[in-house]
This record gives sequence, C-alpha cells and structure tokens, in this order.
Amino acid sequence: MSTQNALAGAQKWANEQPWRLYASQVVVLVRTEVRRNLFSKRRIWIYLLAFVPAIILLIANLFGNAETGAIQLEGHTEAFAGIVFQLYFVRLGIFFACMGIFTWLFRGEMVQKTLHYQFLSPVRREVLVVGKFLAGAVTSIALFEVAVTTSFYLTYSSFGSIGRTYVFNGPGLGQLGAYLLVTLLACLGYGAVFLALSLLFKNPIVPGVMLWGWEAISPIFPSWAQKLSVTFYLKHLCPVAMPVDGPMAIFTVVAEPVAPFLAIGGLLCLTVAVLVLSCFLIHRLEITYTVD
Amino acid sequence: MTPDNRQIVFDNVSKFYGEVLGVNKVSFALERGITSLVGPNGSGKTTLMNLLTGLIRPSQGAIYVFGLTPRQPVEFFRQVGYCTQFDSFPPGTNGYDFIYWPLRLHGFGDEQAAKLTNEALERAGMAQVARRKVAGYSKGMRQRIRLAQAIAHHPSVLILDEPLNGLDPMARAESIALFEALAKQGMHVIISSHILEEVDRISDRVVLMSSGYVVAEGKIREVRKEVREHPMQILVRCSNAAKLASAAFELDHVVEAKILADGQSVLVRTRDAEQFSLLLNKIVSSGLVEVDAVAPADDDVNSIYQYLIGSDGGPI
Repeated sequence: MSTQNALAGAQKWANEQPWRLYASQVVVLVRTEVRRNLFSKRRIWIYLLAFVPAIILLIANLFGNAETGAIQLEGHTEAFAGIVFQLYFVRLGIFFACMGIFTWLFRGEMVQKTLHYQFLSPVRREVLVVGKFLAGAVTSIALFEVAVTTSFYLTYSSFGSIGRTYVFNGPGLGQLGAYLLVTLLACLGYGAVFLALSLLFKNPIVPGVMLWGWEAISPIFPSWAQKLSVTFYLKHLCPVAMPVDGPMAIFTVVAEPVAPFLAIGGLLCLTVAVLVLSCFLIHRLEITYTVD
Repeated sequence: MTPDNRQIVFDNVSKFYGEVLGVNKVSFALERGITSLVGPNGSGKTTLMNLLTGLIRPSQGAIYVFGLTPRQPVEFFRQVGYCTQFDSFPPGTNGYDFIYWPLRLHGFGDEQAAKLTNEALERAGMAQVARRKVAGYSKGMRQRIRLAQAIAHHPSVLILDEPLNGLDPMARAESIALFEALAKQGMHVIISSHILEEVDRISDRVVLMSSGYVVAEGKIREVRKEVREHPMQILVRCSNAAKLASAAFELDHVVEAKILADGQSVLVRTRDAEQFSLLLNKIVSSGLVEVDAVAPADDDVNSIYQYLIGSDGGPI
C-alpha cells in the first residue's frame, strides 16, 4: 500500500468511525502511560507504599511465633480490616499512591515539558482525559490488588490449617473479594479526584493534603457532607464491621447505613462527575511551561 | 477576514498573559510556500506559532487553518505538524517510539505506522540512531528527531520554531533542502529563525514582528518596496563606473551614487528603482557604458529587518 493510500485510508476510517478511532486512541494512551507509570525508577516509592504491609507481615511471619488459635484469628481479622486495610491501604497507601500517579498524569508532563506532544496529536482532549485516567486506574488497581491480596494471604498463612479453613471454607474469600472491590473503587474515586485537582491547581499537593484531612474528619459532619467523601462509600463496603468502642473505634464511621449497590453506584457517579469536570478543565489548559 | 479553505488565516488575533502583551491585533493570511517569521527575542514569534496550533488560546480573534481550528483536533492535526522549540522528550523514549506512537494516535495500524516512522526517520537522517534513547542524542539529533515527528504523518502545514538551532552546517543545509522540497510539494512551511541569511535564501514571504506587533508581511521584495524612508540600494557592475555615477546623479530620486574600491562597481541609492532601471536601459542602449551585472543590494530579509526593527531589536 502506498503512503498516500495509507494516509487516505486512515483518514477515511477516522471520519467514518470516530468512536472506533477514539477507542483505539484510548488503547494507545493506556499502553504508553502504563508502561511509563509501572516501569519508571521514579515510581519505586509507589511500589514501596503498596507493599509495606506485606513486608511487615512477612517479617512478622518469619520471626514471630506461629499463631494457632481461633481467638487470635478473629483478632487478626479485625486488625487486618482496621489497621492494614482501612487505616493503611484506604487512608494512606491507596490515597497517596493515587495522588502520586494521577496528579502526575498531566502536571508531571507540564513539569517535564512534554504535554505539548499530547496536545499536538489528533486526539480530542476529552479522549486524552479518559485515556490517562484509565492508564492511572490500571496502574493503581493492578498494584494495590496484588498488594492487598499478598497482605491478606500473609495474615492468614501463619495460622496453618485454621487459616486455610477460614479462607477457603469460611468467610475469608468473600472478605478478600470485598477488599478487592473496595480497593478498585478507591483507586477510581481518588484517581478521578486527583486528576481533577492536577488540572485545577499548579501544585496539587496542598489541596491533596487538604483532601486527606477532609477524608479523615468527614465522619463528624452531617450525612449529606459525608457523601462528598470517597471513604464514606468505601466504609459501607468493607466486609468486617469495626467495634464501636476500643482502639478500633477511630476507624468507625457513625453514619446512616447505605446499601452496597448505592455505595458502589454513588462512588461511580462521583467518579464520572469528577471526570466530566476534568474534561471541561482540560480545555482551559494552555502550554505555558515558563510560568508553570 | 473570512476563513479560506486553502489559507492559514489570522483574524485580529491578540494574546495577553495577564497584563503582558504576547501579540496584538495580528491579521494576515498565508499562502502555500515558505513563510518566515522574523523578529528579535520576545517579539511574539513563538506565541504566534503556539496560537496557531492551539497550545495557547487567543485572548481575542480567531485563527483558521484551511477553515479548521485546533478545537477540531482530529481533522486539524492531520493537516498540521509542529516542531516546537521545547527541547524535552518523554522520559526513556527512543527515536523510533517517539515517532511511532503518535502515528498510532492518528489511527494508523502497526504496519502503516512503522512504514511512516521509517520514512520520516530516513528523511530527517535519523534512521541509523532511531533505536537509541533520545536522552543520549546530541542537540542537533534531538532537533532532527522532532522534525521527523512533525513530518511523519505527511501534514499540509509544517510549523518550525527555530528549526536550525543546534544544527551543524551540514545538517543545516540538509534541513533547508528538506524544507524547500516540502514547500515544492505544495506544503505550507512556516519557519521562525534568527539565522536571517538562510531564511532569506529559502523564504517566499516574510512576517516581521516586533514587540508583539506585525511590522510588515508579504513577499520580501514587496515588503522592501514599502520601506520608503530607506532608499533602495542597487549595485551595478559596469565598464565605466564614473560615467554611470555622474549620469545617475542627474536624477532627482538618486540620493547617492558611490564608486566602489574595485573601480568597476557603483552602489546607487534611489527612491525610485523603476526610474533608475529606465536610465540604465537608456545608457546601455546608447553604448556609453557596458553593464555587466545589476543586483539589488538590500532587498533581503536582513536589510528589511535592520530598517524596520533596527539592530537593537526595538521598533524604529
């Protein structure tokens, strides 16, 4: 096929099937961005952030006493739900990893002075937002699903047969599924918010930290205000209820209960709404590296 | 100014960065061929190019490329290639991927994109080093790989911001030859450059800018004619310089006729080049003086730049 024929063919295809062109552009963007996100030396801290609990649990398993009792298993289940998952993964690990991954998608390109290449390509800016968001989502979800699964495995592996029974013949697998679902939704929700923040602010770190504060204190606000936080929806999907007294009480939200489908739907709606906002914001963005 | 489907049109375009002026009330239309944007640093050349490609938005006015705007990116960037001045690249990329992946965004399949990538690399003289990381390239190689990316999808409009910067003389000559070849194929080539001699050699027309304003625009000779406060300089090589000089002095519009050191050339400064040409014809036909060569001495970009903008870069 001659060059002219190839050019004409691509043009015809794009004109006749714009949605297929957009889809193929999203695939290309995801491929290039995921490679850049996952295989960059600058991203080592995100790997560390994801696997810190697994490393600690591994050390505890190697050097600690093997746990055997059902009572200890119950304590470990609560500790995993409260400390490892809700406190560490949801409030720290996933939050800050998403901050690093999603704010870097556009703002990082501004810092590296490479965003103009994207803006000079035949890609609608909305498609650019969707492509980059999906790339960030794939990166963070892949990383944290593996990290949560590894931590979950290490929590119960020290119990030997009691642990295996709990996981495979008891509620264990169901809980793992719920944790993975919450992880996925957390990555999508936080990711969308951080993507929008990176388009709103030249330095999204400060509003990011403020968001972290909001996520922490939102439970003390009225129910309608709580619905504006990502953790509100995630809490209702966590499989292990935290006791309302004792040290674990700090991870407990006192709010009206929300059905799982509403929590999932609410978070997805929040994600879509923030992405739509990002699509508006991206049209305002100009390449002025010198002032950035 | 209405958008023409064959032209690049700037319609009363202004750009302000807060209170700082980028460009002000720019209106012109560009035809096919090579157009040079000339002006001192900070005159608004890059701003104009960034406005044209949608990297920044005009505060006022509109810009059309063949009736399209950057708000229609799929159609627009199929027509436009922009080699910016930003010397930065996606981290870890190599020369081949730098061209290949943007082509995939155009909707080309793997085979077509690979073919176009190799073709662009060949044209820019980068095929041998395509698999090396861009981070290891010299400045000239980085310049050429950006050029290769800008031409890879066969655009109709090629915009080049200081494309000769960092190139050695050989690469510079090759790049200029490439620009000329692309213009001959019917492409719009818009170049900003500080290297006036080379711009002068290849440009069909020029846009002179100073402090955000377009000082003059058009074909170089036409622009030169418009600069009336500076008489045109014509160099005549002839058999009898003294006789020609005295004949020239009799004309009102001739302000100076200087015999040069070789004794066979006269540099005439005249306010009416056409009348002077008639005089020359008369002298030649009368057999008084034999004329070997006549050449305008200051209808080049450099002279126009000096006359209109001044050596210090400020407007006259």
